[in-house]
Amino acid sequence: MESLGVLMLDPMDDYLKQELGRRFQLLRLWDAPPDRHDDFLRANAESIRAVVTGGGSGADAALIDALPGLEIIASYSVGVDRVDLPRCRERGIRVTNTPGVLTDDVADLAVGLAIAALRRIPQADRYLRAGQWKDNGDYPLTTRFSGKRVGIIGLGRIGLAIAKRGEGFDCPVSYYQRRDLAHANYTYYPTVVELARNSDVLVVACSLNEQSRRIVDREVIEALGPRGVLVNIGRGGHVDEPELVSALVDGRLGGAGLDVYADEPDVPEALMALDNVVLAPHMGSGSLETRTAMADLVLGNLEAHVLKKPLLTPVV
Amino acid sequence: MASHAVDAAASGESPTLLLIRRSDAALAAALRQRYRVLDSFASGEPLPAFLAAAAAAAAPDPPRAAVIVSSSVVRVDAALLDAFPSLRCVVNTGAGVEHVDLGECARRGVAVANSGAVYSVDVADHAVGLLVAVLRRVSEAERFVRRGLWPVQGDYPLGSKLGGKRVGIIGMGRIGSLIATRLQAFGCVIYYNSRRPKDSVSYKYFPHVLDLATESDVLIVACALNKETRHIVNKDILDALGKDGIIINIGRGAHIDEAELVRALNDGRTAGAGLDVFENEPEVSAELLSMNNVVLTHHMAVFTLESKSDMCDHTIANLEAFFSGKPLLTPVLPK
Repeated sequence: MESLGVLMLDPMDDYLKQELGRRFQLLRLWDAPPDRHDDFLRANAESIRAVVTGGGSGADAALIDALPGLEIIASYSVGVDRVDLPRCRERGIRVTNTPGVLTDDVADLAVGLAIAALRRIPQADRYLRAGQWKDNGDYPLTTRFSGKRVGIIGLGRIGLAIAKRGEGFDCPVSYYQRRDLAHANYTYYPTVVELARNSDVLVVACSLNEQSRRIVDREVIEALGPRGVLVNIGRGGHVDEPELVSALVDGRLGGAGLDVYADEPDVPEALMALDNVVLAPHMGSGSLETRTAMADLVLGNLEAHVLKKPLLTPVV
Repeated sequence: MASHAVDAAASGESPTLLLIRRSDAALAAALRQRYRVLDSFASGEPLPAFLAAAAAAAAPDPPRAAVIVSSSVVRVDAALLDAFPSLRCVVNTGAGVEHVDLGECARRGVAVANSGAVYSVDVADHAVGLLVAVLRRVSEAERFVRRGLWPVQGDYPLGSKLGGKRVGIIGMGRIGSLIATRLQAFGCVIYYNSRRPKDSVSYKYFPHVLDLATESDVLIVACALNKETRHIVNKDILDALGKDGIIINIGRGAHIDEAELVRALNDGRTAGAGLDVFENEPEVSAELLSMNNVVLTHHMAVFTLESKSDMCDHTIANLEAFFSGKPLLTPVLPK
């Protein structure tokens, strides 16, 4: 393999880091202190032909413009909302992501968060560990997950995987997206508000872009209502977070299972005080098996690029 | 005195019902609408005093049926049946009937009912919830977030994927089947053990739990508790399951040799566990309470609003069947 100069933006995964180091000329942005990043980029700009980034880091115009030799950005994520795609198109820079391999894990976590939120599993675990189990006569009853109406925003790969799991629990499934897929088993709603109004559990499973930013706003949250549960395994940017927090505190929204937040890794203090939310630290794709598969996809895309073969999973 | 426990408004022609409970006012209220209820909780008396008073004041219409809510406080045995010779039906609101002498009831022609399938769905959902929480580290990661550690320590360590995991279910009754359907949708491979293979399912059957454990990544206990299934998960089974193995228990604490499980978890010979039941509830060993790779819930798998409502309807349906001379909906027979 020729010595492709690859810039990795953050450590993200040991296996990926090792393999990049083994197969390419790896430069690690975090070797320079944060206030020296610009110098680091300037010093190495000529040799950097590829960037490996994560869902959170992305690649903005400033970074792209600092690398005149950049040919490809490989994201270790399926979401590329933080990569300046128009800039990449202008420059003829290819962009790849990691779809498919993480679909099951993300869908598993979405349903796991829904059950955890409705059945209050982490809360019960904390209750028990705090020594509060006497005869649980006063522990509040939770609500059944099976049969709950599941509404999915975005019926792509992940949305479909969530729908399939919902069917295993006899949950009626409905969805919103721009296009009605006329799916045999799932009901289409032309607006998110109508979807929310007709759902007990609302799951965000679409990609983040200009149209879907803050797609879960106050109106949607209130339509979901005091017994509704929001599950977000998309991006923090999909939800009006201050509105979400306020609705949960007030009881205008019943509960939430969250894997993503507006400003990770910071989770609003007000959420931490609540008992009707389950808070996960952005681990939707967080299994060893899946992260290895994601890393292999990043490596495979870079190798295809070097060999001038079709990229495996191009976005641009 | 039993008279405090009788709802005067309903004491007309409604049949008399003996109700033994420590909670569940909603059920008691629903029963009072249909029956003349001798209510142990409403009497305010300790149970033996209540039973004695209820037996003494039973005439002119002694109770032909009893509803047992708190299975832990009363045994339905010869002594109880002697005290209430009018009893011909005992309806238990729970699934288990370990507290009922089925042989004695059969000898006296007393029909016994349990909750049937009322709780099955919620228990199955809870089992799946526990498994996802264990494999994907949901509960421990939640503690991590709430302690403010995410900004400090970075991303949480990786969990393990559900898809492709071989899940061995001990017991393929209603609960086992519901668990199987759900986990198949997650891409798990389902194996099972039960006394006899079930024609209604196509999952791979293992006549011996040891072989099931050897071939599985996860074991889920979903069978009834009896002499044969006490400590069905013991050291041999844990060893066969192996160091990457996960145990989920939504049966009874006594299904698992808990001390052995704790040792195995401590030693890293078992990877993790999701437990809703324990051998000595509400006591849970301090060692379990300090482990990160276990998810612990306080015997709550059945307690949802929906199952409470379903149980109430189901109890009344069994009573109505009995009082109208029909067979019980969910009779329990001696083995």
